[in-house]
Amino acid sequence: MTVLARERTDPGRSAPAGRRAPRPHWLLLVPALGLLGVVLLIPLAQSFLRSVGAPDLTDEHYRLLFTDGVTLTVLLRTAQTALLVTVIAFVLGYPYAYVMTRVGPRMRAVLLVIVLVPFWTSVMARNFAWILILQRGGPVDEFFQLFGLDVVLYGSVSGVAIAMSQVLLPFMVLPLFSALSGIDRRLLLAARGLGSSPLVAFWKIYWPLSRAGVTAGLILVFTLSLGFYVTPALLGTPQESLIAQLLAQRTTQLLDFAGAGALGMLVLVITLVLVAWANRIGGTVSAIGVVATTGTKEQR
Amino acid sequence: MPATTTSTVAPTAAPAVPRAGTQIRLTDVVKDYGLAVPAVDGVSLTIEPGEFMTLLGPSGSGKTTTLNLIAGFETLTSGRIAFNGDDVSSLPPHKRDLGMLFQNYALFPHMTVAQNVAYPLRERKVPKAEITRRVAEVLELVQLTGRDDNVPSQLSGGQQQRVALARAIVFDPKALLLDEPLGALDRNLRGALQAEIQRIHREVGSTFVFVTHDQEEAMSLSDRIALFNSGRIEQVGSPETLYRAPETLFTATFLGDSNVFELAQAPGSTVVWGDRTWAVEPRTVSDRARAAEHAALMVRPEDVRIAQRADEVPAGANAVPARVTDVHYLGSYRNVVLSYGSSDVVGRARLDASETQLAVGQDVVAWWRVERQRVVSR
Repeated sequence: MTVLARERTDPGRSAPAGRRAPRPHWLLLVPALGLLGVVLLIPLAQSFLRSVGAPDLTDEHYRLLFTDGVTLTVLLRTAQTALLVTVIAFVLGYPYAYVMTRVGPRMRAVLLVIVLVPFWTSVMARNFAWILILQRGGPVDEFFQLFGLDVVLYGSVSGVAIAMSQVLLPFMVLPLFSALSGIDRRLLLAARGLGSSPLVAFWKIYWPLSRAGVTAGLILVFTLSLGFYVTPALLGTPQESLIAQLLAQRTTQLLDFAGAGALGMLVLVITLVLVAWANRIGGTVSAIGVVATTGTKEQR
Repeated sequence: MPATTTSTVAPTAAPAVPRAGTQIRLTDVVKDYGLAVPAVDGVSLTIEPGEFMTLLGPSGSGKTTTLNLIAGFETLTSGRIAFNGDDVSSLPPHKRDLGMLFQNYALFPHMTVAQNVAYPLRERKVPKAEITRRVAEVLELVQLTGRDDNVPSQLSGGQQQRVALARAIVFDPKALLLDEPLGALDRNLRGALQAEIQRIHREVGSTFVFVTHDQEEAMSLSDRIALFNSGRIEQVGSPETLYRAPETLFTATFLGDSNVFELAQAPGSTVVWGDRTWAVEPRTVSDRARAAEHAALMVRPEDVRIAQRADEVPAGANAVPARVTDVHYLGSYRNVVLSYGSSDVVGRARLDASETQLAVGQDVVAWWRVERQRVVSR
């Protein structure tokens, strides 16, 4: 009834649209948005309400995050681990992505599969494999003992970071590959011809043009690292737990839903700030999407 | 030397980078990628200082590889390249001091116009004030003053190529290498940029090496053309030499249209084609045709005349019976397509529009003056 009324009273608006009704593309989004609302927005809102102590509003739970002497330490350790993971993934990923742009299509497919295999492997299988490799008497330990060094990475933050880098490598390699394969290699020839040595040509031309991909990769890997639960739980130690373990402990053992909610909000805000910053300096919006999907996978 | 200085564009400024050009000498240059045939198969060529030399040829003929060898982007399999007598064969590209213009412009997308043009100067540690001065000067030369702070994506294709041109000449290179720089532009812009390149060549006076597969472009721009075929140079000469006095059938047919009669026997004082016997002037027989086993007689379309009957053909001219198969009216002239006798040779004649009307299917006699024909090897 209202629709009819508007069409009659507002001919100027309906006329340019032509005889056909406008296509309601947004209807296609309803199932997805509905699901998101139920599984994400409602729980998120609940967490938030609990964290501020509704119905009696309080900032106590947020103040506790900064004063309990544990949260900040764990948060800092998590950030350090995430940074280490990001550095490892970048150092491995940039040359890898570069090689992917230089080989033929078949070799490129092989390289892509290699980097994605850990991603397709079960979380448990992958982590237990790492335990075998990193534990005392494992291949890594034996290798370093040849030089008289005692290196047991199992139960250390470094071991956790190495295992996390393995599964996060695709998130570094894929945006980098996409950025690097968009760079016209003739620009390097042009730079060579204009008087630049190969290294200078890389530094002044190739590197600046790859920066969007670098930013996307760094932010993706860093934010994803913040939410890892299974890997630090299996390869790390309770004394060196990370933020996801703290969250799990507060919800499942301490039943401190308000405190967990406040901590969750803090991590969410940190992540969103990083992603927004990345978008500003040239990362991609798609980064946000990938963060959401894998975050849930690792928490399973 | 052909008349290349008849353009109406007057030199507007003193040469921005006055310098005598560099001589580029290629000696027995070979580039072999290990395929069936070497990409460049024994090329020797001397490009004189200040010369506009075009490397012309079909795709895959080795002209671009030769340019890349001069630039240093490819390494020689064997042979020698020298600039002003100095061997540069093993010098990396950034030490060869050459300007280069690419078909896709190759402007740095993350830099402004001014930064792009300043790039080679910064690489050479030129003082800042000097850079500012020379960038302004060269942007004026390519008529892009005021676009300093634009990024390449804000410019049209023609403007981008002019920025690339400015960047390639601003550091006073030994020579400018141009790799089909007009290939990506539409027809009108091409013409404008051709004139621009020609003007800058005159003003800068530097050696230009220009690669193209477009024979018209080559003819209108070059002092000399080196025609490439299957990794070798078929013939080097002024556009007029290549057009009027080709050595081989490849040269004759690559540059312009022609009427080609393949000869069964080596040329003597006459040549024989089918049942026709034609007189030959010795100076119209190319050196290569004299030595070759197989020869062909070729006549340019503008040299073919058409008579209604055999008795209208002037004495001493060579003639062949023909049938008009098509007539194209093109304003100032008409193209007549002919078939010669029972052969499948397609003939072309270019006649003044005012000449006698010809009907399709009409039997005529095509004739030409003996000195206008050319006997080439095939």
